[in-house]
Amino acid sequence: MNAWTQGFPAEHCPEHHTPSHGWSSSHIIVTFRPQREMFLARSIAADHKDLIHDVSYDFHGRRMATCSSDQSVKVWDKSENGEWICTANWKTHSGSVWRVTWAHPEFGQVLASCSFDRTAAVWEEIVGESSDKQRGLRHWIKRTTLVDSRTSVTDVKFAPKHMGLMLTTCSADGVVRIYEAPDVMNLSQWSLQHEISCKLSSSCISWNPSSSRVHPPMIAVGSDDSSAVYSGKVQIYEYIDHTRKYAKAETLMTVTDPVHDLAFAPNLGRSFHVLAIATKDVRIFKLIPMRRDATHSSTPTKLEIQVLAQFDNHNSQVWRVSWNITSTLLASSGDDGCVRLWKANYMDNWKCTAILRGDGIPVNCSHDVVSQQSLLTASSAERF
Amino acid sequence: MEEVDVEPTTTPIPGVDSNRKHLGFVWGPGDILVYETIYKASGLSTGGCPFVHEVRKDEDICSPILRKLFNESHHIFVGLQGIRDDLPSKNKKTQFVSISKNYRSVIRACMEELQQVAVSVQDAALATQYGNQVSILLAVELIWNLCEVLFIDAAPAGSLLLHLLDWVRLHKADVDEKARDVLQSESPTEHQAYWDVVISYVLQGRMDEARQVLMKQAALQPAARGMFKLLDNLLIKMPIFNPSGAQTLTEFDVKWRHWHEEVDRCLQDQSFASNPHLEVICKILVGDEDVLLEHKELLSTWYHFLVTRLLFSHPIVKPTELHYYAQSSMHMFLDTRSVPEPLDSILLAAFEFDIHQVIKDCSIALNNWWFVAHLTDLMDHCKLLQSHNLHFGSNLREFLLLEYASGLFTHHSLWQLAVDYFDHCPEFGRVYLELQIERVPLDTERKALKVLRICEQRQMTEQVRSICKIMAKGALRNNRLGSALSWSIRAKDAAFATLISERFLQDYCANGAFSDLDLIDNLGSAMLLSDRLTFLGKYREFHRLYGEKCFSDAAKLLLSLMTAKIAPRTFWMTLLTDALPLLEQKEVIFSADQTHELMFCLEDLTSGNCLPKPDRAMQDEDIDTTKIEILRLALARNLAKAIVKEGTVEV
Repeated sequence: MNAWTQGFPAEHCPEHHTPSHGWSSSHIIVTFRPQREMFLARSIAADHKDLIHDVSYDFHGRRMATCSSDQSVKVWDKSENGEWICTANWKTHSGSVWRVTWAHPEFGQVLASCSFDRTAAVWEEIVGESSDKQRGLRHWIKRTTLVDSRTSVTDVKFAPKHMGLMLTTCSADGVVRIYEAPDVMNLSQWSLQHEISCKLSSSCISWNPSSSRVHPPMIAVGSDDSSAVYSGKVQIYEYIDHTRKYAKAETLMTVTDPVHDLAFAPNLGRSFHVLAIATKDVRIFKLIPMRRDATHSSTPTKLEIQVLAQFDNHNSQVWRVSWNITSTLLASSGDDGCVRLWKANYMDNWKCTAILRGDGIPVNCSHDVVSQQSLLTASSAERF
Repeated sequence: MEEVDVEPTTTPIPGVDSNRKHLGFVWGPGDILVYETIYKASGLSTGGCPFVHEVRKDEDICSPILRKLFNESHHIFVGLQGIRDDLPSKNKKTQFVSISKNYRSVIRACMEELQQVAVSVQDAALATQYGNQVSILLAVELIWNLCEVLFIDAAPAGSLLLHLLDWVRLHKADVDEKARDVLQSESPTEHQAYWDVVISYVLQGRMDEARQVLMKQAALQPAARGMFKLLDNLLIKMPIFNPSGAQTLTEFDVKWRHWHEEVDRCLQDQSFASNPHLEVICKILVGDEDVLLEHKELLSTWYHFLVTRLLFSHPIVKPTELHYYAQSSMHMFLDTRSVPEPLDSILLAAFEFDIHQVIKDCSIALNNWWFVAHLTDLMDHCKLLQSHNLHFGSNLREFLLLEYASGLFTHHSLWQLAVDYFDHCPEFGRVYLELQIERVPLDTERKALKVLRICEQRQMTEQVRSICKIMAKGALRNNRLGSALSWSIRAKDAAFATLISERFLQDYCANGAFSDLDLIDNLGSAMLLSDRLTFLGKYREFHRLYGEKCFSDAAKLLLSLMTAKIAPRTFWMTLLTDALPLLEQKEVIFSADQTHELMFCLEDLTSGNCLPKPDRAMQDEDIDTTKIEILRLALARNLAKAIVKEGTVEV
């Protein structure tokens, strides 16, 4: 009798499941793999003429935008077979472009960029009208330039979509500006709704993504000001319905070193918020809103602050932190030249699960790795 | 015991000098993009930045054969969730065991297919890859099978050994292959593997098969017939516990001890001294550990050794005693120097009944969550994980299911399976689904409708609205007005519907015809979403009535569009112009009262400051003036006709 069928009642062992030959468990020993591995799927010839400062995925992960010190932004589209094709490339600013970010697709194909040239800009991709010579062709046009800052604009973020189409910038002069497009069909009109003075040179902002009605809009601002040695470098502001203004809810006094990036995790329907911070190490904070007194609706919610985790594996400064979609993984980039992935197990113990590190072998620019054909033509570049 | 633990792996990124530069990154769906950069503001230009690298997690999700594993196990999973809690536990246990077997049978089917592909494929690298996957599935099935025996079936003493024997036989099936070779050869008894086959059968407790092969030898040695007969007798007489029989465990034990003593006596009186092969078999039967260990090659693994050792020394081993024998067997079998492989640790943890250790080690050692998620879910249904309820909100089962389902969501078609997994995670399943499903690329209308249906079934109103809005926006961008309108109606987005209605009316004014008639004619109550949409629908209805020559209904509707303020004032001139042909019919269509009202509308419009518009060109103004003149004349004539008609008594 076949040993295989012996173990199984007939009804659970359809004909085609009966193996024609046996396997021995001795095959297993060698190849039982030790760990979830990462591998390099492909390299994209980005071809920026200077440093890339930011790469940003659109909401659905089918497009990406790159920005660089060469003052340009490039937009890339993923083809059916997974290759990235550059579909637009234009000069956006007259200085290094620090960040580029996509608006939610509900508002169309919209990008915002910010630059050393003290401005932020909003771009929209439109499809040529039927009368146009460019019929059916897509191209990006500048909708507005936001010129309120007197210093380099260091970060630009769209607010969560439930708040409408709102854009936030922060700049080296320590001012956070919140703009709104009152008519989402007309992206040329943006009104400056709020100006928050943080007193410290600001480097980064992050919106709390929670759309729960019990959580008023909340934004965290980080500062890399090294002159103010002892002050807290992360400030949290909350929108007060009563006064229609943003007020400071908390300063994280324990973070006194320069902060380069911060990121709220998706809320997951929890009562508390999770905020990751890139400073001299990676820190994850838990912000627990305290019970709010109805009569004090004109003051911000008090927050209880707890440290969930702290990692100094990057040895020195940490420059970027970012959560994946469901916030099960946190990635950070630091002075050790590595990207590290952090994961909490079900006991909430955090651990580094993977490292990405440059192999140090210099690559020639004119080199023969997968060089992607750019669809860009000179004529379309001139349009900007 | 020590847990399986590994340092994080480092993936090299070509061309980036991590000693001097930074590595920028961005999260994507199922991948991460990295690029060389410098975060410190240095002011120095360091030259171009040639590459952005796409780094993926090495997951089996892309293998088309494993996709079958995911698909079929999904059905089993959904079935398992449907098992009612109030079933008597005895019935439930049978069901759980059969579900466990179903899962294993899916693994086996997959393994078989992979094996065939691995053999037939030309590309050596691909063959290795398939081979690796086969070995992983083998390990997974081996572990699952053992967990089924120990935890799910939870066989008591007596039956326990029988199940373990089945387990070993199933996973050490190369004996049968070897036996076939031997028996099909010209003279089996001369075959070099002849005694290996006999002994292997004995080691697995397959006495009937061992006897059959032995018979060949006995037939050739008439002189030794007595000795063969004696051994044959011992093999026949070896008591095997029958769990369904009337025999108690104690009775079996007594019987087994008698048999054991008899075998021992044969050894003592040197009955097999003249045939070393038979003597070895006899020593195995008596459970001589040294002799067993001399056959490491035939046993091949420590757990085979364990089961064989139990078979001939402790056949009524209790589950609670198992860990002791397992540990000692592993130590006796493995070299003292060699470190146990992850698989060894996992199996040992199972023998120790440490379910959590098994799950933990498996999730570290395996490269996908499929196995741990499904096994843990099954264990949880068997109420085996309850004593370890966690205080961190989510429990182990849900944690693993969420991980597995999130992985599925990175795949372009498997994400649909993930929905059911999220549905069965009471704590965070819903939020995860909301976060993941809104990221599914809406490449086509068909795909959008599929995603939409899933959201609608679960009353995910915000996601439904957002998807419709995205589709409406996209359609409008591409000048597909009809599609844009129907999506914004689905999204109940009044502002957007107004905007698109406006575009329809503009197009009508420009071309004198409506597009997407099907949609506009069948708006029904959806028309009420926005005033402008109502007007669009009603205005189109007017054209339909006019076209069908229902003039008086058309006239009534046209008038009401203005008097009930449904039509925007900017459109009144167009409506009044539309009234012209009705006014000029032979028959009187507008009554005197209606004509008065029309006149009132016209005067209202012309006296107001909205017409003529200041920015209009002189020529336009002329046309408007002419139009007004014509209208006034037509209205006056119609009024006259109507008064005459209404004043005439029909005889």
